Amino acid sequence: MSLHTKSIAELSKGLANKEFSSVELTEHVLNRIQTHQPSLNAYVTVTRDRALADAKRADERRAAGESLPLLGVPIAQKDIFCTDGILTTCSSKMLANFVAPYDATVVAKLSAAGTVLTGKTNMDEFAMGSSNETSYYGPVANPWDIARVPGGSSGGSAAAVAARLVPAATATDTGGSIRQPAAFVGVSGIKPTYGRVSRYGMIAFASSLDQAGVLAPSALDCAYLLEAMSGFDPNDSTSVAQPVPNYVESLSQASLKGVRVGILKEFFAEGLDPAIGALVHEAMDVMKAQGATLVDVSCPSLPLSVPTYYVVAPAECSSNLSRFDGVRFGHRCKDPKDLVDLYKRSRAEGFGAEVKRRILTGTYVLSAGYYDAYYLKAQRVRRLIANDFAKAFESVDMLLSPTAPTTAFKIGTKHEDPVTMYLNDIYTIGANLAGLPALSIPCGFANGLPAGVQLIGSHFSESALLSAAHVYQRETNFHLQVPAAFS
Amino acid sequence: MSLTAKDVTKIAHLARVEMGEQDLTAMVSSLGKILAFVNQLESAPVADLAPMAHPLAGEVQRLRDDRVTEVNVREKLQAIAPEVVAGLYCVPRVIE
Repeated sequence: MSLHTKSIAELSKGLANKEFSSVELTEHVLNRIQTHQPSLNAYVTVTRDRALADAKRADERRAAGESLPLLGVPIAQKDIFCTDGILTTCSSKMLANFVAPYDATVVAKLSAAGTVLTGKTNMDEFAMGSSNETSYYGPVANPWDIARVPGGSSGGSAAAVAARLVPAATATDTGGSIRQPAAFVGVSGIKPTYGRVSRYGMIAFASSLDQAGVLAPSALDCAYLLEAMSGFDPNDSTSVAQPVPNYVESLSQASLKGVRVGILKEFFAEGLDPAIGALVHEAMDVMKAQGATLVDVSCPSLPLSVPTYYVVAPAECSSNLSRFDGVRFGHRCKDPKDLVDLYKRSRAEGFGAEVKRRILTGTYVLSAGYYDAYYLKAQRVRRLIANDFAKAFESVDMLLSPTAPTTAFKIGTKHEDPVTMYLNDIYTIGANLAGLPALSIPCGFANGLPAGVQLIGSHFSESALLSAAHVYQRETNFHLQVPAAFS
Repeated sequence: MSLTAKDVTKIAHLARVEMGEQDLTAMVSSLGKILAFVNQLESAPVADLAPMAHPLAGEVQRLRDDRVTEVNVREKLQAIAPEVVAGLYCVPRVIE
């Protein structure tokens, strides 16, 4: 078996048993990145020297008797996480020259766990997009068909993991940016409960929705990283002071016996590709055979989640992105004639079209005369949606649905109307509005392209979601499929 | 209610984003589509529900101890600034 198709558990064991060193593993990974970067564009920055230094240190620590599970395992960081001394662009021209002055908590925690940083992955600009086409650094290709998108906004992390350029990558999810790309490229991805992972040093898009998570081939791989990333952080006032369960260990007793899985009626309606619907039904059969009880569940307000999101998220975005003013960091226009001209032209030049659309939408819904009609109204609908979920969790342990209504579409085909692109996240946005943990795992191929099934749980039920996914992945091998060109 | 070029010009000014003629036309069209889409919230039966600003109920803003926790990284911060003179961030003159 090649090094790049090994799971994190296998890599950890191999490193511990001295079957290979972290330096050997890292060189293998860096060579694969170098070979495939031209066709995929998954990375914005490859940190070769840093990776080899990290690997050397990991080998020394192993030699000195340390045995952390992730010690010496290469990972990639989405380019939304600040990395001290390393370019952190958020895939925007605005930050094309931004060398972060400190590490995000996620970066610091994964470094402390002994991981090796291979680089920063491409993404939609400021995480605004569902196809990775809004990146200043160009689109990322889907390893299953390089004419297609990998999904977004965590498209670079998703493509890198799917092509086995790296064993796992961090990602963020504001409306589906971990789960939709996971489905599009056939990997596993988890967005934990809001507050589970610190947002400190994670460049903010919509602060009440943003949450960091993981993309990796399997649920077990995800568990390794999530365990290392999670936990209270005094630097993030919305981080939650709850102990972090031992996710990895909890999977060794994973079972679906007696687990009540709610089938979300609203997410099997019109608009879903029937081929994906059929695959999701097959996944339900697998879970049922493993002891799960399937129950039909309705959350009638869920169809309102996309319009609610497109008021709440732009509103928060317009506020968060006001910090990019060309004064203290980031892009500055040439020869500003006065301060307002400096702000306006720096922002006009630094932001791409989709980011501007969202800033302007947000500014509008927060402006005098429209705040009540749009923003307050959307916040009330947000509560309606959260209440619907809470009611559903009175009778079931988790909810199941497709992750996305279609498989990966062709690059350049959804640009006419922004709303068409927004509807890609129709099944994923609800979990963000309610702050719920949710994951996507591969459930087969529709016309040769991967499809995903989504599980949504109540707050802090990550262990239960990962366990259900792990049971499913013990019975299936979709998560082990690698595109032929990258095997 | 549809947005006009004048509305969008005003919003763009509030958001401090310069907008040329061509960008403006495209923005009027796409913002119009987005607002038409979110207008479906209008009929949602939510009059008796409190607005929800934060996804976790019962979480309150924490206060921190009054002690120094930040390290001084002034050099690092100024190194990434567009224009610094004598340790000061420079912008065009604002006071005549």
